[in-house]
Amino acid sequence: MAVIQLRTWLSRTFSTAASRPLRVCVVGSGPAGFYTAEKMLKAHQEAEVDIIDRLPTPFGLVRSGVAPDHPETKIVVNQFTRVAQHERCSFFGNVTLGSSVTLPELRELYDVVVLAYGAESDRVLGIPGEDLSGIYSAREFVWWYNGHPDSRYLNPDLKSSDTAVILGQGNVALDVARILLRPTTELATTDIANHALSALEKSSIRKVYLVGRRGPAQAACTAKELREILGIKDLHVHIKEADLLKTQADEEEMKNNRIRKRVYELLSKAATSRPSHPSSDQRELHFVFFWKPDKFLESDERTGHVSGVRLEKTKLIGVNPGEQMAAGTGQFEDLGCGIVLKSIGYKSVPVNGLPFDDRKGVVPNVRGRVVSDTSGDHTRLEKGLYVCGWLKRGPTGIIATNLYCAEETVASISEDLKQGIVTFSSASSGREGLLQLLDNRNVRVVPFSRWEEMDSRERELGNFKNKPREKLATLEELEKASEE
Amino acid sequence: MGPLTFSPKAGNLCASYNYFSHTLTPRTFSTTTAHEEGNKQIEEISVIFVDNDGEKHVKVPVGKSILEAAHENDIELEGACEGSCACSTCHVIVRDLEYYNKLEDPTDEENDMLDLAFGLTETSRLGCQVIATPELDGICLELPAATRNFAVDKYAKAT
Repeated sequence: MAVIQLRTWLSRTFSTAASRPLRVCVVGSGPAGFYTAEKMLKAHQEAEVDIIDRLPTPFGLVRSGVAPDHPETKIVVNQFTRVAQHERCSFFGNVTLGSSVTLPELRELYDVVVLAYGAESDRVLGIPGEDLSGIYSAREFVWWYNGHPDSRYLNPDLKSSDTAVILGQGNVALDVARILLRPTTELATTDIANHALSALEKSSIRKVYLVGRRGPAQAACTAKELREILGIKDLHVHIKEADLLKTQADEEEMKNNRIRKRVYELLSKAATSRPSHPSSDQRELHFVFFWKPDKFLESDERTGHVSGVRLEKTKLIGVNPGEQMAAGTGQFEDLGCGIVLKSIGYKSVPVNGLPFDDRKGVVPNVRGRVVSDTSGDHTRLEKGLYVCGWLKRGPTGIIATNLYCAEETVASISEDLKQGIVTFSSASSGREGLLQLLDNRNVRVVPFSRWEEMDSRERELGNFKNKPREKLATLEELEKASEE
Repeated sequence: MGPLTFSPKAGNLCASYNYFSHTLTPRTFSTTTAHEEGNKQIEEISVIFVDNDGEKHVKVPVGKSILEAAHENDIELEGACEGSCACSTCHVIVRDLEYYNKLEDPTDEENDMLDLAFGLTETSRLGCQVIATPELDGICLELPAATRNFAVDKYAKAT
């Protein structure tokens, strides 16, 4: 105890005497990154926080993940903008961890490094035919309609058939289905990327199948998203009433889960209420419960292109109390389609020098503190290195989850500072050092002021079309806008 | 001034207490008070917020949302979607069932957001959807931060 007090006293004394800022770098400018920055600025008056992002644009999945027809969800960027404009905060876009600057370099430049770069890859099914063309990850498709530069030229095949199969029944799956099924006249007034809107206007997709391994009692979506898709105008929703039969185990699972209960109720209601007047341009949404993909089928006419999915019927098996898993039954059926979107989860990608748990797809951490050597009883603390968001806890939750996640990480940082585990190092040169290094490497850093230029250009372009903004979806367009 | 202005916490507290000592004299939290502001008579009710620092008593004009009231009084209630019922960050817990029952039932939209609220209770509501009315005079609202225990992982799985 005395040692801790002495350490605390020492670190306080030195930090005051040196009167230099606590240099903090946050990697990633999505909700996890911005909430971390906000909490750090609030908790530590001496903290100077730099947020870096590989894209020239900030806000991560608020910009490239949240659906264009959910403008209210994006309002949080106002709050993040105030954080970025704070006098002790800086945003540096176009800076990639691993290539522009390495992790060891960042750790030397800053007293505290918080990794919040999310999950930019996808889980795979590992079944035959997964490489066929016409099969996309939902992440890519979402990036495409949201104008993420990496998916600008995805050009998903929406014209070769009238049927799309979505694997997964979570909120991302529902977003993707909604975008495919919603009248484009309604999408036209959102901030959907122009290239996506044009493609959707020409889309021949009229039937969307949402395939889930388990049943309506286990569906991973939330009530809001479900209510929304069920409410699409002139949409014919198909749910087999037989699938809605609840077992004792289902009841058990739903008992203490408000979301599952409400989702189940919505599905039950939708199964029994049918629209009476089918329109000429009828669109259909089919919930396919208790089937899992077994293999992808290749088209006879178009070599290398998907023509359907072979599904295997499943049944639920209790694994733990209140938890059931889907197991194959050996009964197969083919579902024809021209496009498949896999919405089975995102995956984080490690960088050099970062401990990574491949199985869980996260960075091993204790309340946000990065640890290595988790084997056995020993955990070695990676001094000054922290994680937040999806990289820390896996790709689940909503924007607000990151608020609590950031609070936890920042609480750990504060504790470590107090105990002298993290110190103000005189060797770290922070922002100055980083900018010098990036300049030497000819990295063209995009500060927040240049994002603001891009932002106003996008709003201006959107204004002509009655859209909140027209997203600039290539790095070249973004760069040009910031120079105007 | 919202919770995002990064003023030192102590300053915030002082501000709200000063506001009090100037505008309020008797602490009668069970009756609605009215006071003159210009020529217009504004009705106000008493609302008690409870967070990690303890109780804060504020006066809220009838018609104002609890989220707005919190921000005007420097109470750190998040409001990511700025009151459009599209997030769950302004989650508050009504301390007494008696008051909770006086509120109109939450809409489907509010319930959808409450599904995702951190540390949901039987008497949880969204601050942006609770509007000050005379019968709510004296209502006590807990900010979930006061009971937050960082069960982030557990929470993530639930969603």
